[in-house]
Amino acid sequence: MAELFQAIDQFPVILKHWLMSHAAGVLPEWVLPLLSAALSITPILAVFPLLFALTTVVERKGLGRIQNRIGPNRVGIPLTDIRLYGFGQFIADGIKSLIKEDVVPRAADKVVHFLAPIALLIPVLLTYSVLPFGKNMVPLDLPQTGLLFFFAVGASTELSVFMAGWSSRNKYSLLGAMRAIAQMVSYEIPLILSSLTVVMMAGTLSLTGIVENQATVHFGFLHDWHLFTPWGFVGFCLFLTAAAAEANRTPFDLPEAESEIIAGYFTEYSGFKFAIFFLAEYLGLFAMCGLGITLFLGGWLPPFKFLGFIPSWCWFLGKLVALILLFIWLRGTLPRLRTDQLMGFAWKFLLPMTLINLVVAALWHMSGGAVPVLVRWAVGFVLLAVPYWLLGRGFEVKFTKREYRFAN
Amino acid sequence: MSLRNMVHCALSLVLTFAGLAGLYLQLNAEFVGFTQILVYVGAVSILIVFAILLTRSTEPKDEPATVTPWVGISVAVGAFLTMALAVLASPVGKRLAAPAPEVSVKTLGQKLMTDYVLPLEVMALLLTAAMLGAVIIAMKDKEGQR
Repeated sequence: MAELFQAIDQFPVILKHWLMSHAAGVLPEWVLPLLSAALSITPILAVFPLLFALTTVVERKGLGRIQNRIGPNRVGIPLTDIRLYGFGQFIADGIKSLIKEDVVPRAADKVVHFLAPIALLIPVLLTYSVLPFGKNMVPLDLPQTGLLFFFAVGASTELSVFMAGWSSRNKYSLLGAMRAIAQMVSYEIPLILSSLTVVMMAGTLSLTGIVENQATVHFGFLHDWHLFTPWGFVGFCLFLTAAAAEANRTPFDLPEAESEIIAGYFTEYSGFKFAIFFLAEYLGLFAMCGLGITLFLGGWLPPFKFLGFIPSWCWFLGKLVALILLFIWLRGTLPRLRTDQLMGFAWKFLLPMTLINLVVAALWHMSGGAVPVLVRWAVGFVLLAVPYWLLGRGFEVKFTKREYRFAN
Repeated sequence: MSLRNMVHCALSLVLTFAGLAGLYLQLNAEFVGFTQILVYVGAVSILIVFAILLTRSTEPKDEPATVTPWVGISVAVGAFLTMALAVLASPVGKRLAAPAPEVSVKTLGQKLMTDYVLPLEVMALLLTAAMLGAVIIAMKDKEGQR
């Protein structure tokens, strides 16, 4: 029985080894590394765009439910009465964007305008190469620099946003790009600092190493996810907030605030180029969620040891879907911030909180073993809750008078 | 300069930064390579681009380039060929690569805090001074408005 579960768990790895061993005799030697890379890439390119397509439908239906509407429920299989609850919608959308006219403004900088969506999608796809999707399932294991690779590649998307906004020669595009860049640069700091706590505790930048660091078991059944510590819980909340801002999700979707600046930096894109922007945005969100899962939610590990028979990649995908649903819920619930509020939130609240969280993580690490767990929890809680209250409410009430800049 | 548009120049410069990172990666310096991408492609390029946008008009001028690109291309090809020949002729390529050292976060941190603590402190001071300067400039602007 255990071997069967093991086989299901490692099924993609076994399949790849089988294909490679059969190809080894047939194909010339220089093809094999390319084939190996292609075999690792194919599942990513198959699973995540499909997940994106399904997410667009689920998001529209979910938002519809939240806003007391029905949402898309018509498109099913063509020429039949089967409607599939509207889940044929994404195929129709895809075909529509493929056959739409690609309009490029006459004043646009043609080359940069053409390159921008490509320069946005490629780094986003590259970030997937270091995420561990399951046990032994990481396309590119960088034992010394995994996390750094993720952030380095992720940071280069900012320039693509600028390229898109600037080359369109449209003031709304440029405004959207400026907003997007300012927001991404500001929120990258809390994002990296909140992940840094995990690096401190795990002592490695390798994402597989970080997951394995969470594999120890407490009380005989509970896996030691980083979420189950004071610094991990706060770190995860900060990470998720910063990730939402990095991915331009509501409440941080100012760069494409459609009521103010049409669609932000991709106003002047139509047809499939627009679809690529859409795809890159969602894939970026999924990658951020995947990183959050790896860092704080135990990656491919189940929460309880006795649930270990469920394949590891199922756990990863399950957590990913849960986080996506959380983001859809947030989008349906929260209003959009104002630009100055957005910046203030990043610099005056998130940044101090991440710095305090670093200290708490260090204390947690130092006091390991000698101090009872309850005392460590109490100290961590006090050190995090008091600044949270002060930064969130106390200072604002005490030292600043609330001014309504635009409401008066 | 064959590119008349400042933003195009900046984008080409970013491409050069990325190429430099590729060079570091070729030399097995993963950490430096990815840090190069994170800092230069991610942050410095944005700084340059913002500086261009905020200081001058980005409308491309119609005046033709002062230099024809062919002179530059021939100089570049010539320089590349000379260097390539020199490198190929030199015994450097035949030297065996040193085994890549295990660079963990721990060793990096210890090096930074012991051997390289002075450069680190100087950098910190410089960055703090730059930040204070930026804040002061921004503050003066606000007072002038009122």
